[in-house]
Amino acid sequence: MKRLRAIFLAPSALVMALLFFAPLLIVLAYSLLTRGPYGGVMLPWSGESYTRAFDPLYGEILWRSIWIAALSTFLCAVLAFPLALFIARSQKHKTLLLNLVMLPFWTSFLIRTYAWMFLLRDTGLINSALEGLHLIRAPLPLLFNSGAVVLGLVYGYLPFMVLPLYATLEKLDGALLDAAADLGASPFVSVWRIVLPLSRPGLIAGCVLVFVPCLGAYLTPDLMGGGKTVMLGNLVQNQFTSARDWPFGSAVSLLLMLLVVVVTALLSRKSEELL
Amino acid sequence: MKRFLVAYATAVYLFLYLPLAVLGAFSVNASKIAVWRGFTWNWYTQVFHNEALLQGMMNSLIIAISATVICTVLGTLAGYALWKRRSALLVGSLFLSLLTPEIVAGVSLLAFFEWLFRFVHVQLGMYTVILAHVSFCLVYVVMVILARLRTFDGSLEEAALDLGATEWEAFRRITVPLLWPAILAAALLCFTVSFDDYVITSLVAGVNSETLPMIIYAMARRGVSPEVNALSVLITVGLGVLILVAGRLENAS
Repeated sequence: MKRLRAIFLAPSALVMALLFFAPLLIVLAYSLLTRGPYGGVMLPWSGESYTRAFDPLYGEILWRSIWIAALSTFLCAVLAFPLALFIARSQKHKTLLLNLVMLPFWTSFLIRTYAWMFLLRDTGLINSALEGLHLIRAPLPLLFNSGAVVLGLVYGYLPFMVLPLYATLEKLDGALLDAAADLGASPFVSVWRIVLPLSRPGLIAGCVLVFVPCLGAYLTPDLMGGGKTVMLGNLVQNQFTSARDWPFGSAVSLLLMLLVVVVTALLSRKSEELL
Repeated sequence: MKRFLVAYATAVYLFLYLPLAVLGAFSVNASKIAVWRGFTWNWYTQVFHNEALLQGMMNSLIIAISATVICTVLGTLAGYALWKRRSALLVGSLFLSLLTPEIVAGVSLLAFFEWLFRFVHVQLGMYTVILAHVSFCLVYVVMVILARLRTFDGSLEEAALDLGATEWEAFRRITVPLLWPAILAAALLCFTVSFDDYVITSLVAGVNSETLPMIIYAMARRGVSPEVNALSVLITVGLGVLILVAGRLENAS
């Protein structure tokens, strides 16, 4: 068995080594080099990119990324909790209701972002409708701001919050709620004081699954923020393309990666459970 | 309480589906702007007469199918081996690749390829995109296969071994046939993930490897185009059907 197992594992291990770890090592090396005159990298070795990353100018981008991700995660939880409770408590069609939440997620992320742009643009449906009804004279600035970015992220990652919440709520013992009701608790009180605390594992898992991709988001702030809401992902992209400062872009990439790993490790000790 | 939950859930479902429904409605709207002017299939016809879009579609299909075939074979083998005995290193790496922000994976692959090209005289193109897609799609296949094997009855394979089959024969003739639905589900999932990717693709794509998401991105930036609406509907429906089939297969197994 040992030989067969080795043969079976080798190709995937090779893919991960060559196409995942090797690129990260290159980025690590680049982050410690100096920017070349025409972009690219050159010697000498230097830690300057890392010192620059902690400049207040970039600290602002870091904070923006964190609060946008945190706000999006919070809103996802607020939207997802009652929905997950509804699905877990419904008598039939549980799978159908859950699949309806997941389905948009597995279709195109880009298209779902585009759909919101179609609604929110100056010439989009909402502004056109409001102008048509003579409720507004000039289009409302709905797109290309931080609010639009949060909306896009909530829309994009909501299923990631619903799924783990549903998984814990589904296992919840209904007798606990009956007991609470018998003792005089109103439905809202028993949800607040019994269901919510018991669904903590699902809530934490959901928060990790939403917060982590939001923190490293690039496409949503790029399209819905219109270049005005710069998050860490946009900073990285910008350094590798128009600014052509690969050492700095590499340093920010690794710091972003570190942040993501630390957050995940802190929030979920048993990361294996997620896989 | 019950009524509150029903109302709340309805609102969230509307939030999830309304934007897509609106897009669908306006893909058959005769007007170019967001005002209803009557029904037309015009934009759909235009999609199929747009050379750039068709080329992009072709590229996306070639990339997604190649990445899917490679990932499905490698991921199934790895998933099976990991089921026999866990390898913390490989599981950990796959998990890390899932956590890695797309933009970080994209720029690191770009830096890696550019570095490699100092020694090998080639350029960014379709194959760099395919390699990149293999690296981020592999984890999805392993995940689906491992999830299926968790409820898999290992005694069938043991019986085959007792009756004199080699390990390879037992895998090939007992496990793989029983795993088929899960393997297919994994492949479909892998295909949708690959087909939809924009961030990593745009970084490692060369001049002749523009994919459909890259074209949609460019059009979305420029402004509202009913052609993109029509195209979006086609892709959403196509991927939606694939996912439903994948879900069925996963449940069936």
